[in-house]
Amino acid sequence: MFRIVRKQILNPSVKLMEVEAPLIAKKAEPGQFIILRVNNEGERIPLTIADYDREKGTVTIIFQIVGKTTEILGNLEEGDTILDFVGPLGVPSHLEGVKKAAVIGGGLGTAIAFPQAKKLHSLGTEVDAIAGFRNKDLIILEEELKSVSNRVFITTDDGSNGNKGFVTDVLKKLLEEGNKYDLVIAIGPLVMMKAVSNLTKQYNIKTIVSMNPIMIDGTGMCGGCRVTVGGKIKFACVDGPDFDGHEVDFDEAMRRQLMYKKEEQVSLDAHKCRLRGVDNA
Amino acid sequence: MPNMSPKKVPMPEQDPNVRNKNFLEVALGYTEEMAKEEAQRCLQCKHRPCVEGCPVNVQIPDFIKLVAEGRFEEAYEKITETNSLPAICGRVCPQETQCEKLCVRGKKGEPVGIGRLERFAADWYMANAKPKEVKIEKLNKKVAVIGSGPAGITCAGDLAKMGYDVTIFEAFHTPGGVLMYGIPEFRLPKELVQKEIDLVKRLGVEIKTNMVIGKVFTLDELFNEGYKAIFIASGAGLPSFLGIEGENLNGVYSANEFLTRINLMKAYKFPDNDTPVKVGKTVAVVGGGNVAMDAARSAKRLGADNVYVIYRRSEEEMPARLEEIHHAKEEGIIFKLLTNPVRIIGTEDGWVKGMECIEMELGEPDASGRKKPVPKPNSEHVIDVDTVIIAIGQTPNPLITSTTPGLTTQKWGGIIVNEETLATSKPGVFAGGDAVTGAATVILAMGAGKKAAKAIDQYIQSKN
Repeated sequence: MFRIVRKQILNPSVKLMEVEAPLIAKKAEPGQFIILRVNNEGERIPLTIADYDREKGTVTIIFQIVGKTTEILGNLEEGDTILDFVGPLGVPSHLEGVKKAAVIGGGLGTAIAFPQAKKLHSLGTEVDAIAGFRNKDLIILEEELKSVSNRVFITTDDGSNGNKGFVTDVLKKLLEEGNKYDLVIAIGPLVMMKAVSNLTKQYNIKTIVSMNPIMIDGTGMCGGCRVTVGGKIKFACVDGPDFDGHEVDFDEAMRRQLMYKKEEQVSLDAHKCRLRGVDNA
Repeated sequence: MPNMSPKKVPMPEQDPNVRNKNFLEVALGYTEEMAKEEAQRCLQCKHRPCVEGCPVNVQIPDFIKLVAEGRFEEAYEKITETNSLPAICGRVCPQETQCEKLCVRGKKGEPVGIGRLERFAADWYMANAKPKEVKIEKLNKKVAVIGSGPAGITCAGDLAKMGYDVTIFEAFHTPGGVLMYGIPEFRLPKELVQKEIDLVKRLGVEIKTNMVIGKVFTLDELFNEGYKAIFIASGAGLPSFLGIEGENLNGVYSANEFLTRINLMKAYKFPDNDTPVKVGKTVAVVGGGNVAMDAARSAKRLGADNVYVIYRRSEEEMPARLEEIHHAKEEGIIFKLLTNPVRIIGTEDGWVKGMECIEMELGEPDASGRKKPVPKPNSEHVIDVDTVIIAIGQTPNPLITSTTPGLTTQKWGGIIVNEETLATSKPGVFAGGDAVTGAATVILAMGAGKKAAKAIDQYIQSKN
């Protein structure tokens, strides 16, 4: 059992939890993730390690309420426990030896991009952070990003924060202005990572994306998370989740992500009916 | 007087057309009367060939005599002198190639139902007996076991009996390894696996779940924590894919994923359990081993109309147990033999809609000694399927070996060990089960666990 020591609501659908997991905190590196299971009937879901405190022995996760499991998780409070919490999983990001980097987060992806920016910053890299959200109410981690970046650009799809556009618009402008990056890290929805990769390919800038396929065990024993990278099958849980954005088959990944769309809805509906006390049998 | 009937006392089973719609156990087990009657078929021969056929040398005639006399608790205790998981072995061992193969009664008629009797004794004990208090003199020496499958559990149990403080590190949230995630409920009820593991825990073995060794601890860190020796029993959990076009289409599973969703995550109870699994109307399972049979029979139970087993050799070469092939056929699984997939065909939006296969014929024996399947020219044909499950084998997971300098492996990933002692190239580290051999059987893994426990004891003693 893993105790939640801090809970913070970042925006209406995104929550942060600091979880007591000393063994994982001791080993965690940016780019790695955990798998958790909330209760006995629960499924295993992967969540990126958004931060860790080796001395306190805690690991921070940030998640968006998108279905049954994240809803149940989001309703837990400080002092409550999570049944299973495994990690650190996946390969840490390679961030050494970078002079100047653009770290790009889309929506919740910003929470995953943050530890990367933080690590780069600590290694002396000049970091431009770009984060995109649908509207200004959904903006998260702006202050945190500022603390670890040289410049921060926050955009909104609807322009409600006064800076309308997609993250690719900002990146394109920075590149056109002559900014030279030796690394771009893009983390967010597949469609956004694909767009960033397409853009940076034209400039021939090394681009790392963090894949988020469906996972079950997270240890390489099932291949549910397989992605095609450079024409070869890779398991995101053990070979990734970071991959070269110019090599990833994004269209296939987008399609595979929809595999259980119907079931996810069935599960959420059944859960909501039970909450309302309606017999759904 | 022995019972001279040439046939085993039949074991009651669920009707095929009922059981292929549920996940309850197929074989229902003997009653006390049936067990006594079958036990009386044993001739109590002096030279005991059956014992030699058992990888953990269960004293078969002795326990069977106790069953015949109705002394069921003593029969169980006799078995567990050498076998810590009898309820499991009685169900999933390939007795036909082990103990029962060498049974004298098998020369004229059927051999004694040793597996059925072992299962009976274990089930009877769990239902009726009270586990005895175990008094063990502690040595105050720690040993780490990686993996809680049959090899790890057996090794841990034996070491605990010798007085060691044993900790098992398990990556999943539930111990049991393949017994929990691989073999389906209808062959091996999970509640029973849990009970059998609990009996091992009573010996003082501690099981730490959610621990991925190689990530959360390296082997060297375990030694630094004071463990005197380590046994790697992490199994062969890395699925092989075919390497053909269309393998990443939606609706294509590795058997490991399909069975893990069903067995460990209980996706057959979705949405009461949260993990979903998707099975279409027509399912193709590629492969001919026990895993393929388990996947095919599970798919049928999830409501598929047609389930095909696609195997590139003929039935004779199938590695699956005869009993499982027989059960699969009874349940309506269709076998397409001497057939090999060439590519998987998808719809425009990327879901499986068919599989192109080619017919095969058998040529000369290959390196494995089996006749090599050769494609027949111009025999390509498409079968309409909407789900494909790939069950062509697994190799050891590289998570531990890749993070442990000084541990040598075979090219295909198996850990290299001294056959006698199961010692690896790294001092103090032993390995056994599928992590060494590649995917094999539960009982061979248990045999390796026993062997390793002895060798680890000798190793630690020799260090003093």
